[in-house]
Amino acid sequence: MKILVSVKRVPDPYAKITPSATGADINRDGLQMAVNPFDEIALEEAIRLKEAGKASEVVAVSIGGAESQEQLRTALAMGADRAILVQTDALLDAPSVAKILAAVYQREQPQLVLMGKQAIDMDENQVGQMLAAQLHLPQATFASKITLENGSAIVERETDNGIETIKTPLPAVITADLRLNEPRYVALTGIVRARSKPLETLTPADLGVQVQTRMRLVKVEAPPARKAGKRVSDVHELVRLLREEARVI
Amino acid sequence: MKILIVAETDGGRVSEKTLPAIAFAQQQSPNNFAILAIGENLQCIETLTGYGAQAVLTVSHPALTKPLAERYAPVIAHHAHQLGADAIVATTTTFSRDVLARTAGLLDAPMLSDIIALESANGKLVAKRPIYSANLIGTFEVEGSPVVMTVRGPAWGKPTPTSAESPVQSAEAPPDIPQRAEWLGLQGGSGGRPDLTQARVVVSGGRPLKDPETFEKYIGGLADALGGAVGATRAAVDSGIAPNELQVGQTGKTVAPELYIAVAVSGSVQHLAGMKDSKVIVAINTDPEAPIFQVADYGLVADLYQVLPELTELVKNSRA
Ligand SMILES: Cc1cc2nc3c(=O)[nH]c(=O)nc-3n(C[C@H](O)[C@H](O)[C@H](O)COP(=O)(O)OP(=O)(O)OC[C@H]3O[C@@H](n4cnc5c(N)ncnc54)[C@H](O)[C@@H]3O)c2cc1C
Ligand SMILES: Nc1ncnc2c1ncn2[C@@H]1O[C@H](COP(=O)(O)O)[C@@H](O)[C@H]1O
Repeated sequence: MKILVSVKRVPDPYAKITPSATGADINRDGLQMAVNPFDEIALEEAIRLKEAGKASEVVAVSIGGAESQEQLRTALAMGADRAILVQTDALLDAPSVAKILAAVYQREQPQLVLMGKQAIDMDENQVGQMLAAQLHLPQATFASKITLENGSAIVERETDNGIETIKTPLPAVITADLRLNEPRYVALTGIVRARSKPLETLTPADLGVQVQTRMRLVKVEAPPARKAGKRVSDVHELVRLLREEARVI
Repeated sequence: MKILIVAETDGGRVSEKTLPAIAFAQQQSPNNFAILAIGENLQCIETLTGYGAQAVLTVSHPALTKPLAERYAPVIAHHAHQLGADAIVATTTTFSRDVLARTAGLLDAPMLSDIIALESANGKLVAKRPIYSANLIGTFEVEGSPVVMTVRGPAWGKPTPTSAESPVQSAEAPPDIPQRAEWLGLQGGSGGRPDLTQARVVVSGGRPLKDPETFEKYIGGLADALGGAVGATRAAVDSGIAPNELQVGQTGKTVAPELYIAVAVSGSVQHLAGMKDSKVIVAINTDPEAPIFQVADYGLVADLYQVLPELTELVKNSRA
């Protein structure tokens, strides 16, 4: 079984993000970049399935500029077998990303697509569902546990109401939530081995996709800051202020 | 703009989580919105009928008892198309993220997730939404129709009741609903406390609460004294101290109660993303430098084990 995993290059989740001087984007000077944490989890899951003998090949795909090769190298170092970069400097919205991934799916014909539930830059949480819709595949989003058996996946999903369990035949699109697993640290041997693994570069045109972006980010600003509050000395003062000043209890 | 609101349903009943989406429609297009509710033998449909919607459409079908995206999305796409909707809208929840993004995929429509403001300018929609873990606010321009949107509950609030009742009309399910994925079960529940995203008061606890019993005793105890809901950090959930559905933050729930009490919560950006729009924030933490104090209206530097029992007693007495 072949698994396709999508990998997005995003700012490091612990980096401080500020608006750029023009306010049209974020400040990217010296900004540390990383694999989207949810994609790292999706990759980890795919690699574990391979290690457990349930998958034969893990293919990582990223869409973006040439610099996204770095994140694909990380994916290879973690244990992906090969990588595909769909190289474009165009600003893409989620439907466009899904169309490109759909074309990669058609080319690769995997039995499972594993991806992050959300990219932590724009926090949209859309591409997996759009991809599944475009390919007419079943979907299981926000997975916190995946069990494969007899051509199906039993997936526990993190929902607002609790853990939901669904069963879906494969092929399907599954998106990873944080609790699915803890991604491994990349070992030095992995980094060395990754250098000799194949990394192919394509363009959207090679895949026959014309992208049309209907949504664009035009302004980035800091949210209104909260006023600095007060320190209280004990619970009596706290309860009095909550009652008399804030009037919330 | 013609808006189609998708009600949140769990197959059996309509959820109050739909209300902020109705408030959104009242502000954006007061005389031109309809609501679609999907599920078999729906209860609580009256949750939706008192706010001026032109119609409340209900689609009932044995395949629609549980909210599976693969089944619901074609129903929504079908009715959005029939109505000529310009916007397909629901309150941001895991239900809507799952179902509406798939609907957008079926319709090849652009989607705005979790918006906090919307206006139209020169034939384009201009929306604001939190990005980068709610550290920043992004303004987005989008072209096309329909546009799919989820709206951030706390930003839109509650709708205004109207005197006229909206008519409830039963509507058809499209033929050939795909039925590959099956629903097997759900574990969880708020245990009789108010729903976290709706509650007026939320008390949240972090990793130092040790184990489920301690968490329930201290955090649950204070929440009950205040008639509030219980929340937790991801670290607390990951250590098995609190159930998953209590997580507040970027990857958990977004809450904006009147009073949010953070007990032994460090205040990571990911946690703040889910609660910093609360009206009044209280932080109780042993570390005077904890980042949570930067957003707290009232900060108490103290050991939770020393102060929580007394605080709970004081609250009980003051409410008695
Ligand atoms: C992609 C991503 C998404 C994430 N999403 C979320 C999310 O949605 N929600 C979320 O919460 N986190 C999320 N996190 C995790 C987040 O970064 C933090 O690790 C987490 O919020 C910390 O939880 P905590 O405050 O309980 O624990 P800690 O960071 O361990 O803090 C505990 C705090 O308690 C204080 N304390 C200790 N003992 C006592 C005592 N006896 N009395 C009073 N105070 C005491 C300490 O001073 C400290 O400030 C995410 C992380 C990533 C990378
Ligand atoms: N440019 C991209 N390249 C590869 N994968 C992507 C890209 N954008 C989004 N994705 C995938 O889609 C998931 C959901 O992203 P989003 O809908 O943008 O929040 C991410 O976790 C990625 O796996």
